Amino acid sequence: MTYLNNPGSVLDLVREGEVHRDLYTSEAVFDLEIQHLFRNTWVYVGHASQTPNPGDYFTTTVADQPIVMIRHQDNTIKVLYNRCPHRGAEIVRDVHGCAGTSLRCPYHAWTFNTDGSLRRIPEREGYDNTGFESSHAARGMTAVAAMHVHREWVFCRLAEKGEDFETFFGGSLSTIDNFVDRSPAGRLEVVGAPLRYVNRCNWKMLIENQTDTFHPMTVHASSAMTAKTLWEEVKDKHEGPTPMVVEAIVPFTMPYNFYDGMGIRVWPNGHGHTGVHNSIHSDYTEEDEYFNAMREAYGAERAQEILGEVRHNTVYFPNLMVKGPIQKLRLFKPISANETLIESWIFRLVGAPDYLLERTAMYNRLINAPTSMVGHDDTEMYERAQQGLRAERNEWVNIQRLQLHDECTQPEEVHSGNSEVQFRNQFHAWLKYMATAAGSIQAAATQSATGTDG
Amino acid sequence: MSVTEQELIDFVVREARLLDEERYEDWLELFTSDGRYWMPLEPGQTEEKLVTSLLYEDMILLTTRVRRLTGKLTYSQQPKSRGVHILQLPAVDSMDEAANVFHVHTPFQFIESRMDEKEMYAGWMDHNLTMEKDGLKIKMKRVELVNCDAAHHNMQLII
Ligand SMILES: [Fe+2]
Repeated sequence: MTYLNNPGSVLDLVREGEVHRDLYTSEAVFDLEIQHLFRNTWVYVGHASQTPNPGDYFTTTVADQPIVMIRHQDNTIKVLYNRCPHRGAEIVRDVHGCAGTSLRCPYHAWTFNTDGSLRRIPEREGYDNTGFESSHAARGMTAVAAMHVHREWVFCRLAEKGEDFETFFGGSLSTIDNFVDRSPAGRLEVVGAPLRYVNRCNWKMLIENQTDTFHPMTVHASSAMTAKTLWEEVKDKHEGPTPMVVEAIVPFTMPYNFYDGMGIRVWPNGHGHTGVHNSIHSDYTEEDEYFNAMREAYGAERAQEILGEVRHNTVYFPNLMVKGPIQKLRLFKPISANETLIESWIFRLVGAPDYLLERTAMYNRLINAPTSMVGHDDTEMYERAQQGLRAERNEWVNIQRLQLHDECTQPEEVHSGNSEVQFRNQFHAWLKYMATAAGSIQAAATQSATGTDG
Repeated sequence: MSVTEQELIDFVVREARLLDEERYEDWLELFTSDGRYWMPLEPGQTEEKLVTSLLYEDMILLTTRVRRLTGKLTYSQQPKSRGVHILQLPAVDSMDEAANVFHVHTPFQFIESRMDEKEMYAGWMDHNLTMEKDGLKIKMKRVELVNCDAAHHNMQLII
């Protein structure tokens, strides 16, 4: 294929009900995704609790870009490129740190205010009469084109033009809202370092698997059915309540009709979630201490409403997945066509008892870790697909299960939990945000051509 | 029943060998009924439950893990992984006969191989042992990788 000579041809890779294997295996397509999809969309950066005090920073990557999120002296969050405007060195490298009142490049000691603006250059008179004032360097560290903080969740859009934050996410923000509301204080805190691990597969296989309700009973029988059988053997001898690990892993054995009944909700622009009516998180034992704290904070009715949501996996297109009832998120960072860095972060519900955090940490290492006996079989499937897609004479991946003629046309739709509608929803969005590859800039900016929204 | 330094060292060496020889049922027998296996995520991590670890498993999970490794439906073990521990001489850090607590510290390398891939891990394992009627048992095995916070591939075998 000649994607480099004819980038617009990538738009032919998505058809109704099937998508071309090059979406997963071609480095040229991957490079175009990094240039277009990951720049036209709003991508998760971090959570404000990671930088609680002025000068605190967090380093990460968005698309292929080195990024530093920093809290300015006025308490606002800034999202900057982690690059000295002078010679290009990354200014900070620790994942988390505090810069105090200024950032200082370790190479030639230029300093910057915590909003990135240039503060001081040693021996500055060396730039007298050089026209320095109009240089790129004089502007200091560069901010991303657009950023937005929604209830302490920090997102950015790298492209200069594009949709505003609200338009991009629409009704899907209800998952983040519900997640935050599950804290009696209405506040979340990131806890500790994330699990980070690499799968040898395309990033889309990971994000698609988040709403693939048709695989757990097959792929996870090895771990979940084994755990269930073991629990049946030992539970009579067990003292005390059912262990958290058993509550967490056994639902992975549920049959098709259970997942069907969970339901899938889709929103425009590729967002969607499993677990509309119930989910594998529905039957966790909760303690009175938490219910009481929630009732005190919100009143009985509202507390009930908040905790009645048991959303399973919410996909924020392109590469974020959020689990409110288990208080964690996963970020799927694209490395190359056949390599993805996964990050699994956990949160504390401020004001909630510690058993919730204990469960979150347990779930993180049990299900979403490089050491996870559940995750091992997922990875195996992604990597088998990555290898299997080399096969010739069938270049297409099928995504037709429970496809409807008029789907993905409403601001919000609920489908059968076994539908592959969310895969199709993601590919509609993929086409939309890849449209700039064909040079038709309007397509990615249908709602707003006004550029940044602060 | 007194314990010699050599017995503690022999125990650690045998424990690694049982894993390498895939004698998993025998390996499980080495733990006390409330035994734990812990692999922290951050260097020097002291908190077990309220932050993420790579592994923190009790006998229910360790038994599940071991049964899964040999299960017919375990696709990620088709084909199987093979592993080998390379241990430095275990160092007996403390022997408290009165409290029945023994600590052994062992730097190691571990190689996990599957198909044409080979993953190399290195770090320190700390055994917290106790003497029961039928011999020494593990109350806690803590394995800290030198790069525990790095982005790894799948680690399927037990180090
Ligand atoms: Fe899975």
